[in-house]
Amino acid sequence: MAAVINDAEALDVVRAARSQARPRATGGLGKGGWRITPWLFLLAPVGLLALFTYVPMANMVWYSFTSWDGLDPVKEPVGWQNYVEIFTRPEIFRVFLVSLYYLGGAFIQLVLALYFATVLSFNTRFRTWFKGIIFFPYLINGVAIGLVFLYFFRPGGTLDAVLATFGLADPPLWLGDPSLVNVSLAATSVWRYMGLNFVLFLGAIQSIPNEQYEAADLDGANSWQKFRYIIAPGIQRIIGLSTVLAVSGALSVFEMPFIMTGGSNGSSTFVIQTINTAFTFSQVGLASAMAVVLLIIVLVIAWLQRRLLPDNGGELT
Amino acid sequence: MTKRHILGATSAAAVAALVLGACSGGSDDGGGEGDGPSGTITVLTNRTDIVDTVLEDYVAEFQKTYPAVDVEFEALTDYEGDVTVRLNSGDYGDVLLIPNAVDPDQLATFFEPLGSVDELGEKYRFIHQRAFEGDAYGIATFGTAMGYVLNKPVWEKAGITEPPATPEEFLDALSAIKETSPEAIPYYTNYADGWPLSSWQSNQGTIDGPEGVNLRTEQNAPWTEGMEQYAIDSLLFDIVEAGLSEPDPTTTNWEESKNLIGTGQVGTMVLGSWSVTQLQDAAEAAGKPREDIGFWPMPWQTDGKFHSTVGGDYSIGISKNSENKEAAEAWLYWFLDESGFADSQGGLAPQVDGQSPATLQDFEEFGVEEVELAPAPEGEESLLSDIYTAAEIDLSGDQYRRAFVDVARGAADGDKASAFADLNDRWATARAEVVG
Repeated sequence: MAAVINDAEALDVVRAARSQARPRATGGLGKGGWRITPWLFLLAPVGLLALFTYVPMANMVWYSFTSWDGLDPVKEPVGWQNYVEIFTRPEIFRVFLVSLYYLGGAFIQLVLALYFATVLSFNTRFRTWFKGIIFFPYLINGVAIGLVFLYFFRPGGTLDAVLATFGLADPPLWLGDPSLVNVSLAATSVWRYMGLNFVLFLGAIQSIPNEQYEAADLDGANSWQKFRYIIAPGIQRIIGLSTVLAVSGALSVFEMPFIMTGGSNGSSTFVIQTINTAFTFSQVGLASAMAVVLLIIVLVIAWLQRRLLPDNGGELT
Repeated sequence: MTKRHILGATSAAAVAALVLGACSGGSDDGGGEGDGPSGTITVLTNRTDIVDTVLEDYVAEFQKTYPAVDVEFEALTDYEGDVTVRLNSGDYGDVLLIPNAVDPDQLATFFEPLGSVDELGEKYRFIHQRAFEGDAYGIATFGTAMGYVLNKPVWEKAGITEPPATPEEFLDALSAIKETSPEAIPYYTNYADGWPLSSWQSNQGTIDGPEGVNLRTEQNAPWTEGMEQYAIDSLLFDIVEAGLSEPDPTTTNWEESKNLIGTGQVGTMVLGSWSVTQLQDAAEAAGKPREDIGFWPMPWQTDGKFHSTVGGDYSIGISKNSENKEAAEAWLYWFLDESGFADSQGGLAPQVDGQSPATLQDFEEFGVEEVELAPAPEGEESLLSDIYTAAEIDLSGDQYRRAFVDVARGAADGDKASAFADLNDRWATARAEVVG
């Protein structure tokens, strides 16, 4: 211990001598500290990250090569069998069709969020109030939203009552009709998550310097032109990020359909199917393989996005 | 700083508790001073609703006999899911209800054998359901008889005062209810909650008798006319197809359905007898007499008699890792024999010579015979669960029933023949795979 401190002091002396000869640009810290110090600070977050993310993930990859049922102390290795099963059983992949509804919903969500963010970044009346209204659903617990919308969509529920006041007497079964159920669920998702996209867009828009709008005003640009040539290129990077989040979110959608319909009536998604495989049919091995496949698909999409939309946006030149 | 202090204090307390727990656990092993068991045991329970009231009262009673034993409860809302995951950690209390997910051949890994099936079977019923190779690992806390609950005034209004004896009569009765009480839903599936759908499966044995389940594992096509599984599932299918169930099953709600049947807005639900007390409470709360709620046997007869499958609820067992098995055993038997828990739940007593509860008085009137399912033959204890896991037909769950209810109400493609043929296919393939 003492030796270390002595070394450090010796180093300080050397550094001090050098800085006298060649004045340092940055002032502040006179003492160097231990070289290990930054790593000590990192220890907590990195440790937690490894413990709660990487170790479980490594375990999952390992389980995906076994026929474990979730209980047995023995985990029998089966090689690639689980992966072969996933790619040879069409019903496992068919549920990705349900994700298309959420993908559609996600794009509507992005467009709406962008619209509101743009409108509310100008001087609109009650803008703070509107910002609150739009962001508010994101703060509500998903289970609560699920239950609220269950009452909203049920026959004779809130939605039907509202429609009845407009004279629509014979509404469909919003969750009971298999051709509508995914639309209803995706709409609930849009309502819930639009606030997040909205805040991201708003933050990005407000970081664009005000002079640019003033210059545009002097040039006689209208609102659309300001959006098209200042805002859109200015927040390109955040739009790209939101798109990736939206696509991977649509593929791994889980909460809303699980709470509201439990995946019944053709609203099952890949994650619900994974949960059922693991916990209803005790095939944790196969379910882990499904989770790994989903992870790889999402990674591929993120990679594609990086290739298709190169990282040159975000600067107004 | 303050946070760190709290953290330190709690972890010190936790360590102290561990050490103390270990000491008290160890001391009674070497004790043997004739004082009986001592120490602290942890009991896992699914009854979050009564853990601080009824169960605490039990502890006070229990300590009159065993003053040196302290009982702590851990109540879990998602009992099945949480405990199944915890089993692998080794930390799952001293006394617990054995989760359904544990296969018979895994019992010995997690639970302490309580005695031989022959020996315990002389005193307790339903002992086979948690046994493997002649050893019993758990005893049912109470028993349930199967059938359906009905709102009697609604049925009487339709002119029916005796249980229908065939599925056709049952369907006619529901149609009559639809005509005479247009505001009432004749049958409520509780599709959204799911588990009430799985109650249908518990009626296995009402046609084929005690060997019903074992017969089915020998069949390659249980969903064929004449088979018990077909009879059960096709009745549900026909009810839904005939439009005798709720119009939008996806938005049902169990808590709400209790009020609906209590007030006569729902006519019938297939459930276990455990539900009768709860539904009577709901009727009373709505200002209706408790007697409005009745419980009848399934609409088919064998040898001119109605049958009702009786089975045990969760079985209570002792953890293999318990540090204080003596105290755990004392609590287990006290809970079963002295607490009066089964009676308070309106369930059948777990003892062979126990009384049948007041909720089942109609059964005596109509001469309903009880059927207790026979255990699987030696060496085939996990055959059934192996088949349904491989076939992904969750007989004891809700998913495959939801799928064919969707077909029946026209929300999915196909008809009864195609839906049941698909089930038969999957079953046969899985069975061939498992049996080899």
